[in-house]
Amino acid sequence: MAETVLETMGLTMRFGGVTACDAVNFKLKARELRCLIGPNGAGKSTFFKCLTGLLRPTSGHVLMQGEETTDWQTHEIASLGVGIKTQVPSVLDGVSVRENIWLAARRFFPTKEANDKAADIIDRLSLNDIAKSEVGRLAHGERQRVELGIVAAGDPWLVLLDEPAAGMTSEDVERMIGIIHEMARRAAVIIVEHDMQFIRSVATTVTVFHQGAILMEDHVEKVMADETVRNVYLGKKA
Amino acid sequence: MDLAAVIVVETVYIIASLVLISAGLAIVFGMMKVINLAHGEFMMMGGYATITAVHLGVNIYVAMLVIAPLVVGLIGLVVERLVIRYLYGRLVDTMLATWGLSLFFVGGVTMIFGNTTTGISTPIAGVSVGDYQINGYNFFIIIVAALLVLAIWLVLKGTRIGLIARGTMQRADMADALGYSPDRIYMATFFAGSAISGLAGAVLAPLVGLVPSSGGNYIAKAFITVIAGGPSVIAGLLSSSTIFGVVNQFFTFAISPVFGEVALLVAAVILLRLLPQGITSRFFRGKM
Amino acid sequence: MRDFSIQRLVISLAIAAVVMLLLPLGMNTFVLTPLLIYGLLGMSLGLIWGFGGILCFGQAAFFGLGAYVYAISAINIGESTFPMLLAILIPAVFAAILGAMMFYGRLGDVYLGVITLVVTLIFFKFMNSTAGPEYVIGTARLGGFNGIPGFQTLNVPGMADEYIYGDSLYYVTFVILVLVYWLVNGLLQSPFGRIAIAIRENEQRASLMGYDIRARKTTLFAIGGAIAGLAGALYANWAEIVTPGLFSLGQTAEIIIWCIVGGLGTRLGPILGAAGLGYLKFLLGQQAFLDNAIVMGLILVLFVLFLPKGLIPAIEDIWSLSVGKRRRRRPARRRKRRALSNG
Ligand SMILES: Nc1ncnc2c1ncn2[C@@H]1O[C@H](COP(=O)(O)OP(=O)(O)OP(=O)(O)O)[C@@H](O)[C@H]1O
Ligand SMILES: [Mg+2]
Repeated sequence: MAETVLETMGLTMRFGGVTACDAVNFKLKARELRCLIGPNGAGKSTFFKCLTGLLRPTSGHVLMQGEETTDWQTHEIASLGVGIKTQVPSVLDGVSVRENIWLAARRFFPTKEANDKAADIIDRLSLNDIAKSEVGRLAHGERQRVELGIVAAGDPWLVLLDEPAAGMTSEDVERMIGIIHEMARRAAVIIVEHDMQFIRSVATTVTVFHQGAILMEDHVEKVMADETVRNVYLGKKA
Repeated sequence: MDLAAVIVVETVYIIASLVLISAGLAIVFGMMKVINLAHGEFMMMGGYATITAVHLGVNIYVAMLVIAPLVVGLIGLVVERLVIRYLYGRLVDTMLATWGLSLFFVGGVTMIFGNTTTGISTPIAGVSVGDYQINGYNFFIIIVAALLVLAIWLVLKGTRIGLIARGTMQRADMADALGYSPDRIYMATFFAGSAISGLAGAVLAPLVGLVPSSGGNYIAKAFITVIAGGPSVIAGLLSSSTIFGVVNQFFTFAISPVFGEVALLVAAVILLRLLPQGITSRFFRGKM
Repeated sequence: MRDFSIQRLVISLAIAAVVMLLLPLGMNTFVLTPLLIYGLLGMSLGLIWGFGGILCFGQAAFFGLGAYVYAISAINIGESTFPMLLAILIPAVFAAILGAMMFYGRLGDVYLGVITLVVTLIFFKFMNSTAGPEYVIGTARLGGFNGIPGFQTLNVPGMADEYIYGDSLYYVTFVILVLVYWLVNGLLQSPFGRIAIAIRENEQRASLMGYDIRARKTTLFAIGGAIAGLAGALYANWAEIVTPGLFSLGQTAEIIIWCIVGGLGTRLGPILGAAGLGYLKFLLGQQAFLDNAIVMGLILVLFVLFLPKGLIPAIEDIWSLSVGKRRRRRPARRRKRRALSNG
């Protein structure tokens, strides 16, 4: 059995009166591919932010590969090999696609290897046509792909993707699924998504968030068949 | 005993003058999220307006309390229409543009009045406390500052305009939602803020020799008092003025006036480092 | 690639040499030298603000500090080599400490502006108050409002009696300017510089990539402080006196105006802006009708309103539109200011 690479214990995040994450106990194994679902405001993005040090949790613990990283700085966590695609694309708008990916790779490799790495990622994500374009001028789907390239460039062992398929064409989504599967061969991946089609095609285990807490965690088909989940989440969508 | 009384009066006076110096800036910043770096020059122009009016034979109190606020308020109105309104929401750009304005006004006043020190004498005689002498005018400053804070509080609390203003402070789109043109509200706010700056410059003018670059003495203090005060206009103004006033007084008495000034600035740097969002972001939350 | 860049280096050196030799034909070197020094000072702010996104309203603090450190240590030491080094080192260390305090505290833009401005004013107030005989460092009296005159000026390293002044000071300053420009260019092309630009573009993403933005900003800030300190030391040598005016509000405003007029995020912009506006100031000083401050203020307001990107980017835009050659479109420089000021 693969070892646990990510674990949270009692992870809680409060904003004034709102408890966005409520004593979340979560475990993820190496190279596991997990989907995180839940209605708007369930606390999924907040959970990701607590994992990556973008938010300081109110209480609770985060362990990465057995090491406590709860109060670490964002860059320290990222340097461990954790990549995140944020819900609102976070890219470097004023520089080229290639520069974006090179910068991400340069953190982990010397300049020459970073050059090769960037070229490789640009190939794999078919970004060649736009490699020299300024990211600020690209369409939304392209920016999402660039951000994925940034995440991939560091060869992370933990990948967090917050709504990677949002606002993309079905063709783009197809490609995205391919990329995610490839990432999952080397890394544990958590994906937040609302699109059920998408979830079915990538994950087996699904965790459901509701009002900051984990409602259930099971096989995708079981989750989708579940009455409570339907009520809090699917019911609204269907 | 006498010394204690003198120190208390002096300290209250320093706090009051900090309140005066910062009030106009605080209103403009609190309501419009605009930092007006020409604030010191607005005060300087308030002083010049007073002196000019007095030389023309106007009663000094009328000059200070009516003419200076009006003149500077109108200048502020022009500035708002010509420059500021194009920069709403761009904090750094407004800082830069108003810095440009501040240089512009310094230059303009230099060309009109020359680069020499002018002044008027204080209209109130000194008061003796035992062996010590207190400048009677200090009491006037304290009273003006208190009345000003009271007036701001009453307007914000008691009037319809104040209600809209407070709404706008919390959410910029509030005025819009209530059916008021934010444009007009901003205009009115900037006028009011400028007029208060003019008033402050006017009542402080008899205490200082006025030169075109006098604004530079005020801007840093006003700037840090407002920033350190944080989001709530009145509570922020009072709390940071008190802290800085006490620090300033303490070091003035302990070492020298210059050290008082330097200590004030150092205190500001430390305070901002500890409470980067200002005092009222941590304490007195939700107050005005 | 390599040949190409060597070729470019040779060409730009040749251009620099020609400019260096031609300028004194049209203008007195006594007027030219401070323009070059301003260029250096403009470059220091252009580096940290235009490329690092650090809003510093107090670059004059490092400039003045460099000048004072030079004057004080030259009086105490004599021979100018070590004082020059100190005048670079001490502002750099001071900037590093101040920067660390601000960046590790994660202060926002406006607060950065406030603190740097306030620090400059502290120097200004303090230096103005040091007239008394008790303010002495070694054998150097700080002199308060009157400043410090009569220190050893620049000499040929090792030869304390071989002064560098007048025309030679001009040439030395020019060479220093070119050298620093070349170093800054190299820095910006190095990973450190590219990462600095990444931080300017998006701090959150840069830290998610694993870069320690606090340490990197502090380092960049210190480099800016070092360059400003060097400019201050050269200025002290040119003026042969240092006064508290170096720390004044007007001085620090001017540096900002140079950068905005020239163009933030460009390499040449702040230098040309500084030299150009410095010359304008010199011309304005020749007449009594129009005040210098009114012109500088107006220029700043008009640029913020109508040409916020500055002259160099505007000229480039016009150029690329009229020439229409789009093949060498480099990723356009974006200035962080826009993005920041909207946030
Ligand atoms: N910085 C913040 N300050 C205050 N409240 C916040 C903040 N960030 C999130 N919240 C609140 O926390 C709750 C959880 O938000 P979060 O963005 O994590 O939800 P989510 O599950 O990602 O939703 P979505 O599917 O819409 O992305 C919401 O009620 C939100 O309003
Ligand atoms: Mg979300």
